Amino acid sequence: MLKHKDVLGLFELDAEEIDEILTVGMSMKKLLRQNIKKLPHLQGKSVTTLFYENSTRTRCSFELAAKYMGAHVVNISASSSSVQKGETLVDTGKTLDAMKNDVIVIRHPMGGAPVLLAKTVKAHVVNAGDGMNEHPSQALLDMLTMRENFGSLEGLTVAIMGDIRHSRVAKSNLFGLRKMGATVRMFAPSTLMPTDIDKMGAVVCRSREEAVEGADVVMGLRIQLERQHAGNFPSLGEYARFYGVNEEIMKYAKPNALVMHPGPVNRGVELTSGLIDGDTSRIEEQVLSGIAVRMAILFLLTKEEI
Amino acid sequence: MIIKNAEVVLEDGVKKVDIRIENGRIAEIGRGLGGGDAVDCKGLTVLPGLIDMHVHLREPGFEKKEDILSGSRAAVRGGFTQVCCMPNTKPVTDNKVVVSYIKNRAKEVNLCKVNPVGAITEGQEGNNLAAIGGMKAAGAVAISEDGKSVPSTKIMANAMQYAADFGLRCLCHCEDSSLVDGGVVNEGYYSTLTGLKGSIRAAEDIIIAREICLAESLSLPVHICHVSTYSGVQLIREAKARGVQVTAETCPHYFTLTDEVIASFDTNTKVNPPIREEKDRLAIIEGLKDGTLDCIVTDHAPHHFDDKNVEYALAAFGISGLETSFALSYTQLVRGGALSLPELAAKMSANPARILSLEGGAIAVGQPADLTVVDLNEKWTIDPKDFVSKGKNTPFAGREVYGKVKYTIVDGEVKYQN
Repeated sequence: MLKHKDVLGLFELDAEEIDEILTVGMSMKKLLRQNIKKLPHLQGKSVTTLFYENSTRTRCSFELAAKYMGAHVVNISASSSSVQKGETLVDTGKTLDAMKNDVIVIRHPMGGAPVLLAKTVKAHVVNAGDGMNEHPSQALLDMLTMRENFGSLEGLTVAIMGDIRHSRVAKSNLFGLRKMGATVRMFAPSTLMPTDIDKMGAVVCRSREEAVEGADVVMGLRIQLERQHAGNFPSLGEYARFYGVNEEIMKYAKPNALVMHPGPVNRGVELTSGLIDGDTSRIEEQVLSGIAVRMAILFLLTKEEI
Repeated sequence: MIIKNAEVVLEDGVKKVDIRIENGRIAEIGRGLGGGDAVDCKGLTVLPGLIDMHVHLREPGFEKKEDILSGSRAAVRGGFTQVCCMPNTKPVTDNKVVVSYIKNRAKEVNLCKVNPVGAITEGQEGNNLAAIGGMKAAGAVAISEDGKSVPSTKIMANAMQYAADFGLRCLCHCEDSSLVDGGVVNEGYYSTLTGLKGSIRAAEDIIIAREICLAESLSLPVHICHVSTYSGVQLIREAKARGVQVTAETCPHYFTLTDEVIASFDTNTKVNPPIREEKDRLAIIEGLKDGTLDCIVTDHAPHHFDDKNVEYALAAFGISGLETSFALSYTQLVRGGALSLPELAAKMSANPARILSLEGGAIAVGQPADLTVVDLNEKWTIDPKDFVSKGKNTPFAGREVYGKVKYTIVDGEVKYQN
């Protein structure tokens, strides 16, 4: 059982809750591997995905997770302009509540929007990414992938490299991995490094080599072209040369260290194609972990105690 | 009317004296005054009528948030006998017609004195100077671009010079908008934690420095609004030390709160400039103590519930402050040991009066009988439901404070009594 009505972020979940989600997620993943996609856990429940930002993989992943467990699923894609012009989030939430939704999965370009929704509705709210705040299910699927590979997260060293400043994924991973006993290193151009992230437990590194040295996992984060246009770095080419992860840099990591990425990847920018397609890449594995961990979240939130 | 048995904050200290009011003015101050209707104020303290030189009354244009009646009621409930209202109305207060409208409406309402502040440029658009002379003639007491800085340094320089011809001072909201770049909170630990977009101190400090440079170059006065950064306090302190005619204000939220409050995503904590960190809070108290910061204002920014019941990034900036300012300031600064009661009275009355050349600000024979009577020992809990302002937006709900306003007297008439 989770102690919270909602899954809004890993900052507020404790190690016990994270462990439970990962344990259930692991069982779900085993079933998925056996191609079992008809489970009864969410029969008679309604799940709505409410996406104010474009997303293919996360929305699909939640939708399939809910459907594999028998839920009724409705997808709402609100354009980002409707955030400002259309119905308010509070009013939308009240409407979805009145329709007897059991779970609302929300993605929103603004930090804290799921907190506002959760305060408004009786339904369980799952944060599928809010602005620069959190993306808990992504971090949980990353952690599930790591746990599956290493058996435990305790004592692992994870290097996160890329646009950390604008990344909800980096923060959720930091909060979750720290709670599970892992070390999290970060490296990015100073313009893409968030203020005071070291005070949240990250080890902020000054070079790629320092970040990757002896790491068990190297995680790249997407570098968006719009960050170049905003003057954070001169060009994607220069980024790749001085900040990107390539085969040479990976030599500093432990042998067989995992390469991960939340996707979508810019090939040759944050990671080279060789690493993306290499033996140690777990990028496709992460996708299956995603459905499994989202099944676990939906199940644990709606599970009724007898 | 005679106010009897109170402790009175006079220019030379706090004394137990009586005050005789005749024809709206203070006629006599002394012991054992008799005759006329006596108001027994035993156990209470009389301050010079409080003056808030930075409020938003929202009328004309945004009456859903506040109007001159509700704002004036909030003012007198908060102990204010005079307020200066900012020009971000609709239409913008950039001409004599709007200034006259506000003055006339305030006269009809007949609670506190309302002094309009005109815009610096037409429509607050940063291009042509607003009709500054005409606004002064209609009763404007200062000019301000309110809520933003004039982007062009040249136009700002011209505005300072032209306004000075009419004896008006520029009240400067300091914000480099290209650096703020959509930031809604202070850049720091809590902006990273919440993922809310932060804005660094330099965004405020750069324009504080610019306005100081202009005032110094032109040998003209300038006033810096709602200082929130430790570094801004230092810029002003250094400028004052070398003789620049700069004055400055801050607000209760900047010396009471730190940005930890944003962690809840409570949109009532969203204000511009943003609530910053402990070192800023302490530096602001220090700035009030050493005289770097001359005034305490509310930046009263009432909003409708709907304007705040949205995503943090979309919520309106501002705090409804008129009804909590005195108690917060008294509790934090006087009971906290930073200021004496007469020093607090100067920050909330005499200094704003001096800076804007307003009548009032002192309890002295011949002065208008603008008086604020408070019970300094009364402890109460801030509850926005009790606000008479339309804006219930406060980050201070549930906070216990000392100092309750008992009477607000304007030109010898009791406008509020509790």
